[in-house]
Amino acid sequence: MKDVDIRDISRRNPEPLVLPQLNELKPLPAQLGGGEGPAFTPLSAQTIEKCECGLDGTCALNLPKPKSREEEEVLVNKFLAGVEKLFTKENNWTFLQPLLLTMESCTRCQTCSDSCHIYEASGRNEMYRPTFRTEILRRIYFKHVKQGGMLSRFQHGDIELNWPMVARLAELAYRCNLCRRCAQTCPIGADNALVAHELRKIFSMEMGIAAKEIHENGSMKQLKTGSSTGMNPAAVKDNIEFIDEEMSEKTGIETHTPWDVEGAEYLVLHNAGEILAWPENPGAFATILNAAGVSWTMSSELVGYDSINYGLWYDDAQFARVALKHVGAAKNLKVKKILLGECGHAHKALSVIADRLMGELNMPRVSSMSVLRDIVMSGKLDLDPSRNNFPVTLHDPCNMVRLMGVVEPQREILRLIAPQFREMEPHGVNNYCCGGGSGFAIMSPNNFSDWRFQISGRKKLEQVLTAFGDCLDPAIPKYVCAPCSNCKGQMRDLFAYWNLWDKHQILYGGLVELIVNAMTNVKPGFVEWAWH
Amino acid sequence: MTALVFLLMYAGMLVFLIGCIRRVLQYSRTPLHLRWELYPVAHEEPERLRHGGSYFEESEWWKKDQHSNLSGELSFMIPEMLFLRGLWEFNRKLWYRSFPFHFGLYLLIGAAILSGLGAILGGFAFGAALFAIARLFAWSGLALTTVGGAALFWRRLTDPELRNYTGLGDLLNVGAFALACALVIFGKLAFGMVSMGTFARALLTFDTSVKLPVMVAAGLMLGSAIVGYIPYTHMAHFVAKYFTYHAVRWDDTPNNAKIAAKVAEYLTYRPTWLAPHIGGDGVKTWADVATTNPTATPEVHK
Repeated sequence: MKDVDIRDISRRNPEPLVLPQLNELKPLPAQLGGGEGPAFTPLSAQTIEKCECGLDGTCALNLPKPKSREEEEVLVNKFLAGVEKLFTKENNWTFLQPLLLTMESCTRCQTCSDSCHIYEASGRNEMYRPTFRTEILRRIYFKHVKQGGMLSRFQHGDIELNWPMVARLAELAYRCNLCRRCAQTCPIGADNALVAHELRKIFSMEMGIAAKEIHENGSMKQLKTGSSTGMNPAAVKDNIEFIDEEMSEKTGIETHTPWDVEGAEYLVLHNAGEILAWPENPGAFATILNAAGVSWTMSSELVGYDSINYGLWYDDAQFARVALKHVGAAKNLKVKKILLGECGHAHKALSVIADRLMGELNMPRVSSMSVLRDIVMSGKLDLDPSRNNFPVTLHDPCNMVRLMGVVEPQREILRLIAPQFREMEPHGVNNYCCGGGSGFAIMSPNNFSDWRFQISGRKKLEQVLTAFGDCLDPAIPKYVCAPCSNCKGQMRDLFAYWNLWDKHQILYGGLVELIVNAMTNVKPGFVEWAWH
Repeated sequence: MTALVFLLMYAGMLVFLIGCIRRVLQYSRTPLHLRWELYPVAHEEPERLRHGGSYFEESEWWKKDQHSNLSGELSFMIPEMLFLRGLWEFNRKLWYRSFPFHFGLYLLIGAAILSGLGAILGGFAFGAALFAIARLFAWSGLALTTVGGAALFWRRLTDPELRNYTGLGDLLNVGAFALACALVIFGKLAFGMVSMGTFARALLTFDTSVKLPVMVAAGLMLGSAIVGYIPYTHMAHFVAKYFTYHAVRWDDTPNNAKIAAKVAEYLTYRPTWLAPHIGGDGVKTWADVATTNPTATPEVHK
């Protein structure tokens, strides 16, 4: 089953190339009794009939099957045109250099494979190797873009370009969390996660194919309504007003979120998902910033109140559009800086990747981790660590840590306010992805959730259980601090799937919640030990 | 025969240099890309480098000069280049094969340079010393490259993990090195040969009266061919590595006037991406695309 050949990707047989078997996956953590987990939900007959499902028994894109060979040919030609554009500076100046370096320099030594949590969790399934999809694109590149002849085939191998290959490659581009742990271990500096990113770009930017959750219901909805959650400016203000009221009641401190304050020190950008799914997070931010006397505001300008930028994962144009809206909202309010809330991809999107796109709009973008550290260390808040006297571990969001280098501020805070703080292993820049990275946390089409709980999330599950190995007794409540909205989304679903709350009383949440929980002027018990 | 060997050695070197320069130009002429760094970044200040942190850990990072840390970079790059630290750390099994191969090549390069210097400075007392060191480098380099190359060849041939990623070209790459070095070793041992100093002087002066055993000549010709072939394959990763580290992984330079000017030019490029939400018609620029809201038009994605 695992012995899949690169050339199989072009196989015309509609059966999946591989069908991950429970007994082939990495055994479950010993804390869950080892062995196998629940069976995968099979794809429905309707999905199999209508959609391209020839990869691995799951389906992230719901890519419709072409009705004829002619239609297939049109799609293949579109794909090929997209590949060619990917290697031109006019179309891909944004990532051309790193892409070329990876295409032409990887020695295919497979050093990166063991660093990939998906490859490891799948029981070292060949198709999930970081290099598998890269090898396909490399062969296409040398054959069709570089127009290589016999010598090129001798050097790089051959591949048949047909619709089954294109359809499988589209799905395969969505079997990588883009965490870039593989790139970190490559001695040459090749980057197989970048290849998954670039493949997604071909499909979206040339063929109009992308995961519905991140494009149609993600960046497009954000550009249309202001937020991928669908909240327009009036709705977000209503929701925040409600949160302020709830927070005031819960904390005993009057909480107020300022809106559209011109000239404020910070424009605070939250992932709007927090406002709906974890309202205590923006509420805790408001409590802390107000208590510390910080000058801040939120913006009610379209897109200016939702930090998400899903374009980061699949489309340069969508990425640039949203990033410019964010910084534009800040400029319009004449704030001095942008403060990024607890959202990893928003951190990297606006601070790192968009940095060179800012032009005249350039302005400081700051991590909430650093600002919170300064506030906590300044003594402006009266904190009682004993209120957080339960086991706490920290999840490092890849985008914020490995890909942006914000590693220590959150730890400095936790060491001060959480007496039972312990690290996961490995941690920091060597962390493992939660399994929800690159959009997976919000993607649940067909049986894709099973794949992300059983495979992409399995390593994080193991890490969490190991970090709490000395206190798994359900009588002891435990807290996974995950200062990232998407990571929390994945943990919520992952922990529910594996029943970690009932079995071990393991809760997840953000960092600000722990800070507010330790504030002595806040009513005790801000962190609610209940599963939501 | 000697003339042919010498000509091939010169040609191999020349083609190698042209290929390397071509690669450097190719990569250095690609546009400045969006930032895509990966931490740890070796030129961060030592305290932050220890945990892989960046200047973003400071809440007012833009007020400070960007830190440079040459010793941080060198302490990463020297062990990486000389001793393949990455492989040692992440793929020990491969290191045992790859390190002798690479280090053997370094020793051969060292031997070539030293013997060349020795030939030029032959009249001086230390000329002989240079040849002595060069001889040591050459023998150990030949031995290590043969052993390492053969081990890599065997791994490529037998490791099921590499089945999908090994073509005839990959086998040739490492196999030819091992074979070339083995031919020189056995040719020299079996049939004898002029001293290294004599050979180096003959090569530099194109003195074709020097006799070379057939095996040695074959090894040198094969070696020259493979040297010339290197830059046209992924074996030129030593060139790429400069860019992957300095221009990608470690490039954390914040936006500045120079960068902004470059990007302003790129924003005038006219993309041709055809998805409806982009509508790259070759007329609109990147700046137009980035400032267009696709939901404002009736045409939507999918």
